[in-house]
Amino acid sequence: MASTDRNIFPEIPAEKFRFTNNRSESDEKFKTKQIGYFGDAWNRFRKNKSSIAAAVIILLLILYALVAPLIGSNNYTRNLTDTTYLTYTKLLPKSKLFSWLGWDGCSRTELAEANYIYYSAIEKETGYNVIREVYGTRVTDAGKTMYDVKLDSYTANGFIYMTLTQQQYEAIQAWQDSTGIQVIYPAVTLKNVSDASIWYEANAKGVATLKNGEVVPAYRTSGNDGDYHSLRIDGDPGKTDANDAKRYRYAIITGDSNAISYKCRVNKYAYFQYRYGFEPIFYFGTNSLGQDIFTRLASGARFSLLFAVGISMINLILGSIYGAIEGYYGGLADLIMERISDILVEVPFMVVATLFQLHLAKKVGPVWSLLFAFVVTGWIGMAARVRMQFYRFKGREYVLAARTLGASDRRLMFKHIFPNSLGTLITGCVLVIPGVIFSESSLTYLGIINLDSSTMTSVGTMLANGKDYLSTYPHIIFFPALFIALLEISFNLFGNGLRDAFNPALRGADE
Amino acid sequence: MVKYVIKRVLLMLLTFFIIMSGCFILIRLLPNVPAQQFGKDMNLVLQRRVRQGLVDMNGNPIPMIQQYWHFITRTLIGGDWGVSESLYIGQDCFSIFLSKLPATILLNVYAMVFSVPLGLLLGIYAALRKNRWQDHVISTGVMVFVSVPSYVYAFLVQYLLCYRLKLFPLVMNSGRDYFTWSMFHSMLPAILSLSFGSIAGFARYTRAELTEVLTSEYLLLARTKGLTKGQTTRRHALRNAMVVIFPMIIGEFIGIIGGSLIIENIFVVPGVGPLYVNSITALDYNFFMLLSGFYCLIGLASGILLDLSYSFIDPRIRIGSKANGKY
Repeated sequence: MASTDRNIFPEIPAEKFRFTNNRSESDEKFKTKQIGYFGDAWNRFRKNKSSIAAAVIILLLILYALVAPLIGSNNYTRNLTDTTYLTYTKLLPKSKLFSWLGWDGCSRTELAEANYIYYSAIEKETGYNVIREVYGTRVTDAGKTMYDVKLDSYTANGFIYMTLTQQQYEAIQAWQDSTGIQVIYPAVTLKNVSDASIWYEANAKGVATLKNGEVVPAYRTSGNDGDYHSLRIDGDPGKTDANDAKRYRYAIITGDSNAISYKCRVNKYAYFQYRYGFEPIFYFGTNSLGQDIFTRLASGARFSLLFAVGISMINLILGSIYGAIEGYYGGLADLIMERISDILVEVPFMVVATLFQLHLAKKVGPVWSLLFAFVVTGWIGMAARVRMQFYRFKGREYVLAARTLGASDRRLMFKHIFPNSLGTLITGCVLVIPGVIFSESSLTYLGIINLDSSTMTSVGTMLANGKDYLSTYPHIIFFPALFIALLEISFNLFGNGLRDAFNPALRGADE
Repeated sequence: MVKYVIKRVLLMLLTFFIIMSGCFILIRLLPNVPAQQFGKDMNLVLQRRVRQGLVDMNGNPIPMIQQYWHFITRTLIGGDWGVSESLYIGQDCFSIFLSKLPATILLNVYAMVFSVPLGLLLGIYAALRKNRWQDHVISTGVMVFVSVPSYVYAFLVQYLLCYRLKLFPLVMNSGRDYFTWSMFHSMLPAILSLSFGSIAGFARYTRAELTEVLTSEYLLLARTKGLTKGQTTRRHALRNAMVVIFPMIIGEFIGIIGGSLIIENIFVVPGVGPLYVNSITALDYNFFMLLSGFYCLIGLASGILLDLSYSFIDPRIRIGSKANGKY
């Protein structure tokens, strides 16, 4: 207004005008800081200690899923298709830092005499500590001695027969020479024993034939081994004189000079160091395929989390649109759309997932078909929330005001009414995530859906793979189960905290 | 009231019919297994397919629309669900399903018998000791047990109680002698694993309801007129809290017939759950249709029963009544 006045009276200088009363007096600024919708919610959320703790745990779990493959033994897991991949299976969890807690890759077991001799023989040949401690022995009613021992799963895993090319054979020898670690051990003369760990006279079942209480070596002392010029084990006559006729032979050579191959007895513990460049230490152990659980769980967790968040987002979008239309237009549109969602919501999820699996899995892959199955019925809850909010707010005066000013339907729906339902929607989104992870893990556990491959896994798949070893190697199932339990608890706590923060009237409704 | 019940049941049947139609069409779109593949059981399978009205006398599929009509008249109304085509080749689906039902129902009834009283007691105790340490311990436990998936406890129970301590057999007995001690003993791990979650669920609801009732003004009035705390809790608070809790128990009772797929699988219960999972992995479509219908019906029925039980327990609640208070 002032500017037009100035135009009307150009001769009168602006200084001559003054306000009739001093406005700065009545328009006093707020002394306190203005708190918006989210600021208010954050203030309430901050006071809820358990939700804060849950949020921290969720962050840690996400951090684990992202970072673990970088610090874990990931180059071991990745090489499943590799021909020289070492199946170093069912190792127990081990950590250098926490070995005093019993987290040392060892287990306490009771061994029969034959097994006790078997493991002592590995220890004797390799010099690695296999039987860490003997707690005691007992004699059974049948007169057999049982040994109560602490067994190191990393060294007890013993030997494996490996067929090497000349290049690989030479490379291992060169590595042996430079590090002084024995990888290839002498070949044996045993015909009908398939276990590579046995280097002594034994019957077909692998039970040692003892002489004076000691095992009798069965090393091969004849045959061609001109290619071996590296470390030799103690007691090998070839150690002092490399051309001794009685020297041990380190490989069984087959094939001709064009395609020569060496069948060797390879120590797994040493070969692992040669192949991967570090001492085998698996924080969570390895599974029945020899995959590192620490990194595999992280990649499974990454998949499960990403999958759940993706579904939650899709449900949010679909549900908001559907619910907004239902709630805003009401009447017949609402009636028809509600009946559709009434029917959809009653379809058991297991049935939907199976039907999608049967129809789509071959065409688009199991992940996408599972995603569709979750989306088909998942958006209904979200739509119901949005619909409720629209019914609450569409009659308010400010909406009427906006309509009077000429706002279009779409603008009214998404600019004026929709933001009111943001709080409940965010809460709903967060609470969908544990549900999806639970359903996904149940379906994969039951074997209805198979998400397993060498590059991809989910937490549910890891549980399913571990169930066969529950009694013998519980660690395979323990870590995925622990992870999923933590995830479910923290997401539920976090979601409840969010709900209380956004909607204080509902506080404690569900506790 | 009667009118409302009839209306709800009819609506339920309509929903059921639509869902089953969808399932039927989707299953029929899949390639059909030729009857020749069944060897000596060929005639048996073929005969039943003809009787169900899915193929003609020569084993060739008939038009979809006719198949659908036969599905409605002979399967949904007539109850002929066909024979198993890969799990128990040639045997009648419905009778196998009936033979599997007792184990599932029994298991879940035992679980309910355990969890309802325990859950209610814990919830009541927590509500009476609100904001003291007893309440905090119970509430935390409830939070954990509600959130942790049931198969995680199942693993723990199986490993610790069955394998380590050898208190129970690893899996359930497979016989038909359901009411012997050894059968009950072999069921206990599964019952325990099923109960943890529902105990926590009942405790949570009971606590929430009871704390709300305990702070209401008529309880203060009851105290001022001279009743002891125990009397007010028993006579006034609990009764009103039950209005919400009791329907939940009834709803759960129907729900448990469906059982828990995953727990039944872990403990190899000879029940409906493993049958369903096997029918999916073995692509036995007749079983799949039957059991999908079963689970669907259970879900629908428990919803209705939940709504109706509110008005049975509290006459003030008249679900489905018009605004003027008449039915």
